Amino acid sequence: MISVDSFRWVSDVVRTRSAIILDSGKEYLVESRLAPLARDGGFSDVDAFVRSLRASASFSAVERVVDALTTNETSWFRDAQPFKLLSDVAVPDIMRARPSSVLNVWSAACSSGQEAYSVAMELEDLTRMGRLKIFGSDINQAMVDRARAGRYSQLEVNRGVPAPLLVKHFKRSGVDWEVSPLLKSVTSFSRHNLLDAAPGGPFDVVFLRNVLIYFDLDTKRKVLSRVRNAMRPDGFLFLGAAETTIGIDDSFERVGNSRGSIYRPISRRGA
Amino acid sequence: MKALVIDDSRVMRKIVSSALAPLGFEVVEASDGKEALDILASGVEVDLCCIDWNMPVMTGYEFVVEVRKNSYWRDITLMMVTTEGQHSQIVKALAAGAHEYLIKPFTPDAVKSKLQLLGLFVEEV
Repeated sequence: MISVDSFRWVSDVVRTRSAIILDSGKEYLVESRLAPLARDGGFSDVDAFVRSLRASASFSAVERVVDALTTNETSWFRDAQPFKLLSDVAVPDIMRARPSSVLNVWSAACSSGQEAYSVAMELEDLTRMGRLKIFGSDINQAMVDRARAGRYSQLEVNRGVPAPLLVKHFKRSGVDWEVSPLLKSVTSFSRHNLLDAAPGGPFDVVFLRNVLIYFDLDTKRKVLSRVRNAMRPDGFLFLGAAETTIGIDDSFERVGNSRGSIYRPISRRGA
Repeated sequence: MKALVIDDSRVMRKIVSSALAPLGFEVVEASDGKEALDILASGVEVDLCCIDWNMPVMTGYEFVVEVRKNSYWRDITLMMVTTEGQHSQIVKALAAGAHEYLIKPFTPDAVKSKLQLLGLFVEEV
């Protein structure tokens, strides 16, 4: 198992570069995620690999460590409810306010892109009209590359793509499935750290789901502040089911009693 | 909830059944489309059929077509569970009346995900 000293160094590096907290107890995670990198580098174990990293201070090697530890679980239409609320509540509201504008969506911490493409499929009418722009960002470059490629294995599409949407929006690409040019035409992806200034905007809708749970209170505040600055005053923020802005950032309010964890900036009242 | 698992491979029937059991399904098994039709015709009521494509006697596709001819069975959810993964085959099965399509190999997680899509399983939050 990874030594206390190595674990502390890895968690410091990951925290500095991604703001993700790896508390003690997450040693198994570091061990399992770094083991393939150690093996590829010809090291006897993760500890030897980390010692070598510390000695070399190679930027690219450290980046790969951060990448390996910041990949989150993802799937299509994850949790279902937020996508229903997106098309039933948020989009109709925005379309009433700005009937002719393009809907700008930010899938923050998008991992390999399933959430962004799910939004494109959910809002198919807007996608076809070219009135939807989805920007996906992730701190992990490998994930950004995967999202851009839009290629997914059979096991990945089995988890949550309804068959009618699979045949409509994907084509076979060898043993994989690739999203259609239409979906690709409304999506773009790039690398971004949530602690940096927001990448563009203003966004009508921000998906920031199952991300805040990885951060400490101070980091949550900073991230929410950056996100709020990138949102339209009447925009919608979608958080994970177990997440909230309450007690963290009082400039958001919850939409109705939605179980989908949707929030809006409070300042819109004065706008 | 009751499911009819139709596959000519006994091992595959066990794999599908063991993915369904933790989700609250009682499972009945059949080894081809004809046997499955006979089970339905005998009055056994099921909510879901998990259907392999290639089977002797009657294929899964033929089974779907037959089930859809009988309005008495219109509430049964039909999900293909097969290695046949070509785009055109999925389109064909959906057009014949299948609701979902799960391509082998799959994880138990994928079965759960499909049943959530079909509204046959709701996870407690």
